[in-house]
Amino acid sequence: MRPDTWNYLLLLHVLGAMVLVGGLVTGAAALAAARGDARMLRLGYWSLLAVALPGYIAMRIGAEALFSKEKDLAPQLEDATWVGIGYIVADGGALLLLVSLIVGGVGVRKLRGGGGAGWLKAAMVLSMVILVAALVAVWAMGAKPT
Amino acid sequence: MSFDQWLLAFHLLSAFAFVGAAVLFTILIVAVRKMDTPGPTVALAPVGLLGNVVVGIGSLGTIVFGVWLAISEDRWQVWDGWVIAAIVLWAIGSGIGARAGKEYEHGLHRARELQASGQTGPDEELLALNRTSRGLLFHTISSIAMILILIDMIWKPGA
Repeated sequence: MRPDTWNYLLLLHVLGAMVLVGGLVTGAAALAAARGDARMLRLGYWSLLAVALPGYIAMRIGAEALFSKEKDLAPQLEDATWVGIGYIVADGGALLLLVSLIVGGVGVRKLRGGGGAGWLKAAMVLSMVILVAALVAVWAMGAKPT
Repeated sequence: MSFDQWLLAFHLLSAFAFVGAAVLFTILIVAVRKMDTPGPTVALAPVGLLGNVVVGIGSLGTIVFGVWLAISEDRWQVWDGWVIAAIVLWAIGSGIGARAGKEYEHGLHRARELQASGQTGPDEELLALNRTSRGLLFHTISSIAMILILIDMIWKPGA
C-alpha cells in the first residue's frame, strides 16, 4: 500500500523512536543509580538532552511527513485509534520532555554549588513517565487497535 | 485485536528493547572512554546491568515473536529471503554485541580490583581497558547489523 519511496520516512520515524527510548532508559537509569554522584547525574541529564531529544525530533519529523502523505492515500487513517494514541503520546511526551529538560537543566546548574539532586530526581521521574507512554505508543503502532 | 496483531506488537516492543539497549551501551561507551579512576567506572555498572537485562529480553523477544509471526501470517514465510536475512543479521548483531559486552567487562573487573586494593587514583591500564578498540569495533558491527535489520524489516526486499 505504501510506496517504497516513502519508506525512508518510516525508517526515520522508527529509528528516531528507538533512539528516544534508548536515551530515556539511559537517562532515567543513570539518574536513578547516581545516589548524589555529580558525574552520574550529568550523564543522566545529557542522555536526555543529547540523545532522547534528537531522537524525539527525528521520530516526530518522520511521523508527520509520513502521515501527511499516507492520509491522502487512506483518509480513514485520520480517525484511526492507533494514530490518535500516537499523537497523544507524542504531544504529551514533547511537553513532559521539555519540562524534564528544563528541570534537569536547573539541577545540573545547581550541581556546581553542591545541590540540584532533587531537581534531577524530578527529571528522572518525568523521563520514566515519558518512557512508559512511549512503550504504550509502540504497542499501539504494532497492534493497531480499533 | 487478532492474535497476529498481538504478535506484531510484542515483536515491535522487543525490537525497541533490543535497539534501545544498543543506544544505552553507546552512551556508556562514550562516557567510559574518559574514565581512568575506579569509582566512576564501577558507578556505571548498574546502568550496564540494566542494559544487559534489556538487551537479553529484546534479543530473545525479537527472534521468538518474529519467527512466530512469520509462521502465523499467511503473507510471509520463514524461508522468505528478507526473513532469512533478518535472522542472519540478528545472529550477527546478538553474537557480536555479546562479545562487545565481554570486552568492556574487563575494565569493570580492573576497576573493582583497584577498589578492593584501596586504590582510588588514575590508572593507565584501566583507561586502556575502558578504551578497548576491540569492544568498540564489536559494538559498531553489532549496531550496523541492527540498523540493517530495521532497513530489511521496512523495505522487505523480495516480499
